[in-house]
Amino acid sequence: MTADLVLDVQGLAVEYGTDRPARAVDDISFRLHRGEILGVAGESGSGKSTLMTAVSRLDRPPARVVSGSVRYHPRDGAPVDLLSAPPGQLRELRWDRLAVVFQSAMTALNPVMRVGAQFVDVLRTHQRMNRKEAWKRAAELLELVGIPGDRARNYPHEFSGGMRQRAAIALALACDPEIIVMDEPTTAVDVVMQRQILAQLQELQARFGFAIVFITHDLALLVELADRIMIMYSGRVVETGTASALYRAPQHPYTLGLRDSSPTLRGPRREVRAIGGSAPDLWDLPAGCAFHPRCPQRTAGCDTTRPPLLVRDGHGTACLLAQPAAARPATTPNGTEEGA
Amino acid sequence: MGGVTLSPAVPEAAARSRTSRSAVRQIWGSVLLKRIVFYLVAAWAAATLNFLLPRMMPGDPASAILLKMSELGPVTPDRVQLVHRLFGGAASEPLWRQYFSYLGGLLHGDFGLSLAFYPTPVSTVVRSGFLWSVLLLGVSTVIAFVVGTALGALAGRRPGGWLDSVISPLSIFVHALPYFWAALILVYVFAFRLDWFPLSGGAGPDLAPGFDPAFISSAITHAMLPAATIVLTSISGWLIHMRNMMASVVNEDYVLLARAKGLSETRVTTAYAARNAVLPSISSFAVSIGLVVGGSLLTEMVFNYPGLGSLLNQAILNLDYPLMQALFLVISMTVLVANFVMDCLYVLLDPRTREAAS
Repeated sequence: MTADLVLDVQGLAVEYGTDRPARAVDDISFRLHRGEILGVAGESGSGKSTLMTAVSRLDRPPARVVSGSVRYHPRDGAPVDLLSAPPGQLRELRWDRLAVVFQSAMTALNPVMRVGAQFVDVLRTHQRMNRKEAWKRAAELLELVGIPGDRARNYPHEFSGGMRQRAAIALALACDPEIIVMDEPTTAVDVVMQRQILAQLQELQARFGFAIVFITHDLALLVELADRIMIMYSGRVVETGTASALYRAPQHPYTLGLRDSSPTLRGPRREVRAIGGSAPDLWDLPAGCAFHPRCPQRTAGCDTTRPPLLVRDGHGTACLLAQPAAARPATTPNGTEEGA
Repeated sequence: MGGVTLSPAVPEAAARSRTSRSAVRQIWGSVLLKRIVFYLVAAWAAATLNFLLPRMMPGDPASAILLKMSELGPVTPDRVQLVHRLFGGAASEPLWRQYFSYLGGLLHGDFGLSLAFYPTPVSTVVRSGFLWSVLLLGVSTVIAFVVGTALGALAGRRPGGWLDSVISPLSIFVHALPYFWAALILVYVFAFRLDWFPLSGGAGPDLAPGFDPAFISSAITHAMLPAATIVLTSISGWLIHMRNMMASVVNEDYVLLARAKGLSETRVTTAYAARNAVLPSISSFAVSIGLVVGGSLLTEMVFNYPGLGSLLNQAILNLDYPLMQALFLVISMTVLVANFVMDCLYVLLDPRTREAAS
């Protein structure tokens, strides 16, 4: 499997602020393989978007990566740590190997440039195309996502919301990247459009074989799309596993709550329940497991012991309930294991 | 207009996409036409106000002017008629006839004779002041805008960076200096103490205005110091404006995406960030270019510069109604023309305004 590894994130931690930093991403490790779709789910403030900006090196002050590595494995050649890569090398890798799709395509396209021109500049930078070829390619890319090629001459405001979102995806495909990081790419569009876009995305992914890190708060959506899912809570991974296992038999009470808080399109009917309380303040995290004040199944020790992410058969859970009593640690180790 | 029917919109949209370029041209045409009509109406309103104001003033400006003219020299019946046409008065025709003969006179550029520079025609006086003002203030306003906006873009590119923390407080300091004070200090240091530049005037007094090297070089050395004071004091306004816009635009998703695309730092800053941040500055630039013709009263007073500002000052001091009337008209027309040009430019710079206007 390691031969197919494309992105290897180890022990990544990101803080906001300098005087009294808040840790928005705390010791996160994951591996992404070629052609894989990894879903990252969590509620607002769980650190999923911070994780994405850190991985793609788009973090801006006051965000600061304090530790960890983000290793990109090219098909040929030695792995590159994106966090310590010099600006020139990073710029060459950007979009050519790793592209991003933002949450709101409404604001991700430059309002004063023709849509096509925003493809052309990246194609000319990375693929060394001439202007004419690049415009032709821009039209082809738009057609890939079902937008007539001559619309490349339009400005973003002349596109509908769904078209802009699809254009943003087409833009990510421009240089045939190996990894695409997507941060809630379908939250700004209606459900029907969301379905269409995701179906198209799966089709394109099957055709071009890029790997996707897909960030969303919508667990039900991830289950249909992703191969593996990682659940985040207040900056830490609380559960990780294959999409089906995680959805069928969630081990962590938070995953269970997240699953039961949205209705399913398929499968048996069940009552929709909300998770009580709200996400914790990152400046004042609860002791022990960060979820324990909201947890319906909390037991003795939850408020003192922070459970490590224990991985068994490719499924990881950070919860005392999921761990054999004997193995429960007395202290809170920081090490995180992740099996591929 | 009915937003309920959905189906007819689809073929329309498809048709529009097919002919998108000609549609854009069509929209552009209709925008232009609308603006032209708007500005013509505004120009007419300004001219009419200019006609009505002296007639609504308490007292009788026409008689006052005639009295003053008779002090300066013999007044021919022609001139009496001209004064009545421009300023009304007791012994004149009904208002509507005055109005039409006033408009007719305007079209010929006939504003009567200046009292302050009797008997020079107002149009001649205004024309010479216009050139001085436009050259001095126009050039220095453009320089201040370009330099200020460029520096603001550099400072706002990384808010809190070293460039920002040097340039921005400095420009706020300069911005707080009163213009006349800064100008007097510069005159004292560079003209009076160091004698690098002439103290006052538009050109050497012994030179006749014309297109000869001696006059032009003299005009340029005379303009240097006043231009420097204008640039120095107005640059900070542009700088702060652009810096603040830039600081918010660099946080926009499209700038972040441009960086994610691995484009060069220059391209991200110019084509994505600054290109969007400059739009509000362009609107303010239109206003200040229009005001250039009003002359800068303070600059022209401090430097005794022969522009429209000091003309207006003299017209007021000498109760020179014909000159005042002409100056007001020229100033309001130039503001309109400058705004029209900038409006058109803005439509080219911001594609979204084409949609909004159609």
